Amino acid sequence: MIEIKQLHKYFGALHVLQGIDLNVSKGEVLSIIGSSGSGKSTLLYCINGLEEIQQGQVVVDGTTVHDKKTDINKLRQRLGMVFQQWNSFPHLTALENVALAPKIVKKASKDQAKSIAEKQLKHVGLGDKLDVYPSALSGGQQQRLAIARALAMEPEYMLFDEATSALDPELVGEVLDTMRLLAEEGMTMICVTHEMGFARDVSDRVAYFHQGVMEEVGSPEQIFAAPQSVHTQKFLANVR
Amino acid sequence: MSNSASFFTDFQATDLLFLGEAAGRTLGISAVSITIGTILGCIFGWALQASRWFAQATIGTVLDVFRSVPLIIQLILFYNFFPIIGWKMGPFAAGAFVLSLYTAALVANVVRGGIDAVGIPMRRAARSLGMSYWQDLRYVVWPIGLRAVFPSWVGVALSVIKDSALVSVLGYLELLRASQILITRTQEPFIILACAGAFYFALSYPLSKYSKKLEEGWTS
Repeated sequence: MIEIKQLHKYFGALHVLQGIDLNVSKGEVLSIIGSSGSGKSTLLYCINGLEEIQQGQVVVDGTTVHDKKTDINKLRQRLGMVFQQWNSFPHLTALENVALAPKIVKKASKDQAKSIAEKQLKHVGLGDKLDVYPSALSGGQQQRLAIARALAMEPEYMLFDEATSALDPELVGEVLDTMRLLAEEGMTMICVTHEMGFARDVSDRVAYFHQGVMEEVGSPEQIFAAPQSVHTQKFLANVR
Repeated sequence: MSNSASFFTDFQATDLLFLGEAAGRTLGISAVSITIGTILGCIFGWALQASRWFAQATIGTVLDVFRSVPLIIQLILFYNFFPIIGWKMGPFAAGAFVLSLYTAALVANVVRGGIDAVGIPMRRAARSLGMSYWQDLRYVVWPIGLRAVFPSWVGVALSVIKDSALVSVLGYLELLRASQILITRTQEPFIILACAGAFYFALSYPLSKYSKKLEEGWTS
């Protein structure tokens, strides 16, 4: 379970997260929607400790993320993350991209790491691209590669930071399908997304962020059919 | 008629051997300087990139001086400065010392550029997989950054081989100094400088050829 309590985050004078309270339980799929600059992505970075926080806390399965005593590298193995830019390692083949972290972080043997990588690449539909370098893959394939790379660490949670925003429109579908597949398999997911269809159909809950504040959170039906906040109503009217 | 001793003698085959030996010394002092300079440059470049403010104020300033003052002035200054502080340094040691720091100053900037080329999003992706700071540096930043700036590093290495000629002002018997001696004796500057140039080319060409091959291997 991920517990976020009274989280405040500043970038200099900018108050980007203003007291966020949010719990995500095991097996849940939470979508976070909202306009750019509302703090959605920053929240994800705070959850896996890529950003410092100024107040409040984030607790993952009982471990406080920003506690100095926390072994953050160990904790991050439980929190897979997929970014807007896929960031595949250009000097490694697809297989090596996925096998690298299991090998050096989890100290898996060469053969173990290879079989984990093969399994995850097949999982995301890249079973025929094992020895291909990222430069020869499309954006959608590279993003699926990034998903496989995160899954190879066998995380308990997956954080998606606008995983489809940088893709050409015709490539969005394949990545969303992969995310759908993970949701069906019971993966706990927090997805910052601009894909309203995905948020509505796949999530258990949807949260709307506005200028660093979580305006409202509820079931997709609730948020999309009967939004309570004026800001949510305005946002949804614009994206529809 | 001419029973007077001549000051000048012709260029002989053994002179070529003399030049060859000197070329070996050029290679030696270059190899030492490039190796030490590159190792130091990697450390300095990393420090400059990792803690911009502090390192820039300390290392950055010193390296700027080494980059900006002509090498020949540095060589003469240091060579004469060492005895003053009680260090006994021959021409080789003093030359290698200055050349190494000069190389380090150039390499540090190349390394900093290489780390910048990798970019923060890539490094965050690596860290998000549970890699430690050092694992990120070793397995992600190093290989990606190296490919980005390797040609610049080769440029630095090639220029250091040529710049090592300046160590001749300290009396170190490397290729240029050897050529000057032979020119004085034979009065054949054209032949001897052509030979010396050929030796410099022979030292540099394998490096540039090998590096090209290495780069081709990376891009495939």
